[in-house]
Amino acid sequence: MSSGTLLQRFEAGDIRALARIISFVENQEDGYRELLSRLYRKPRHAVRIGLTGPPGAGKSTLVDSASRKMLKAGNDVCVIAVDPSSPFTGGALLGDRVRFKEETQGGRHFFRSMASRGSSGGLSGATDNVALVLDSFGFDFVLIETVGVGQVELDIVNNCDLVAVVLVPESGDAVQTLKAGLTEIADIFVVNKADRSGADRIVTDLTSMLMLRSGQKTHPTVAKNPNIPVISTDAVHETNLDELVNYFDSLIADRKESGEFDVRRRRQVLRKVSRLLQHRFMTETLQRSSSKAEIDRAVDSILAGKDDPYSTADRLFSETNLAPQSC
Amino acid sequence: MAEKDTSNKKIRVLLAKPGLDGHDRGIKVIATALRDAGMEVIYTGLRQTPETIVNAAIEEDVDGIGVSILSGAHMTLFPAILAQLKKQGVDDIVLFGGGIVPNEDKEKLEKAGVKKVFTPGAPIVEIIDFVRNEVGRNRADEKIM
Ligand SMILES: Nc1nc2c(ncn2[C@@H]2O[C@H](COP(=O)(O)OP(=O)(O)O)[C@@H](O)[C@H]2O)c(=O)[nH]1
Ligand SMILES: [Mg+2]
Repeated sequence: MSSGTLLQRFEAGDIRALARIISFVENQEDGYRELLSRLYRKPRHAVRIGLTGPPGAGKSTLVDSASRKMLKAGNDVCVIAVDPSSPFTGGALLGDRVRFKEETQGGRHFFRSMASRGSSGGLSGATDNVALVLDSFGFDFVLIETVGVGQVELDIVNNCDLVAVVLVPESGDAVQTLKAGLTEIADIFVVNKADRSGADRIVTDLTSMLMLRSGQKTHPTVAKNPNIPVISTDAVHETNLDELVNYFDSLIADRKESGEFDVRRRRQVLRKVSRLLQHRFMTETLQRSSSKAEIDRAVDSILAGKDDPYSTADRLFSETNLAPQSC
Repeated sequence: MAEKDTSNKKIRVLLAKPGLDGHDRGIKVIATALRDAGMEVIYTGLRQTPETIVNAAIEEDVDGIGVSILSGAHMTLFPAILAQLKKQGVDDIVLFGGGIVPNEDKEKLEKAGVKKVFTPGAPIVEIIDFVRNEVGRNRADEKIM
């Protein structure tokens, strides 16, 4: 059949090779780290836009309509849609593709469903790596749809350059209870299903809530960006979809100019490195055969009121070769 | 390396309804059953064409495609999907399906390359066992780098 390694075919623009490599990375098969090391060194330029919000708000429909607008403008656009895995069986029903109308015009398009596989922050643990694969393939935009379990899903902020929080006229209560978290993650609010009554009301509520908050110093991004736009859409009839896509473009352009785009990327990379470091340190500590038994004993002592978690962690650290020699 | 770490691998199946009939109860029951059996099921909805089904299967990198055909058009739709797979150079995705298919057609289709055709009344456990044992066993093992 096709010749060459998967990576060679990937580099030549082969969609099957791309799909295969995504699975390889998602499944963390032997050699995936080496592959990622290669991809991190390749030129890339994709902008990652996340959509989060309660189930049924219309995220998939919005992703579909927005991506078709972006494609028509000549962009290469791909979608990662995450749905939950069952914590009991590990199985998942991935249904976001139902909203995707296959006929598209313009740039290249690609759609991939992902199961959350035990991760609870709204994405899968592998989403960031899969987005890197798609970025390296040459896409201009990666649109990422979260699970949408109705609570604030923080993973999206750590994986995207821009986050759209999608609400519907019925989300009034959610706005009340979630408002702190919502403003921290939203770069833009989308009130979808504006064809239904109550949309104006929630737009007004959100806008006044944002006005109030802009005076307070809360989160660095909020403090710098008092102007979080609120836009209402009807994803089915594509009302205001051009406006939404224009907002995406202008918000990204603004952030690139102000330097905030890079600040956010720096923060994400730093976070990733520290997570890997933590993981490495943990596995290394736990792999020393002595430490397992030692931790068990320490836990017993803590429960018996003879030791504490802080001293235990200090002691375990001092036993690694990372600790200063004098320890 | 002989032994790969397969712990993160899941059987991935795409379920679709080609053609014009709008009955998706049955396929949704199968989708839920396969999910509960620990698989990742991509459901693509009604009125899919052979092209969109095969394209979706490639993008989603599934091990198998399951289709439900109740309209009576099985003798055109199954072969059309097989032809599309061949056209795209795919030889390691298992095609199976179900529908109101007379025995004689079932034999023809299974000879033509449909791995298995289930007829109405097939117990769900049989379908689950089939997917578990027959789907995803012949994925090409390609060299990454
Ligand atoms: N009336 C109306 N229905 C919509 C709109 N957007 C999406 N829907 C419908 O809402 C339902 C859920 O949409 P979906 O995109 O799957 O939501 P998700 O769960 O957030 O991804 C579907 O039946 C859509 O057709 C809209 O703007 N107006
Ligand atoms: Mg969805």
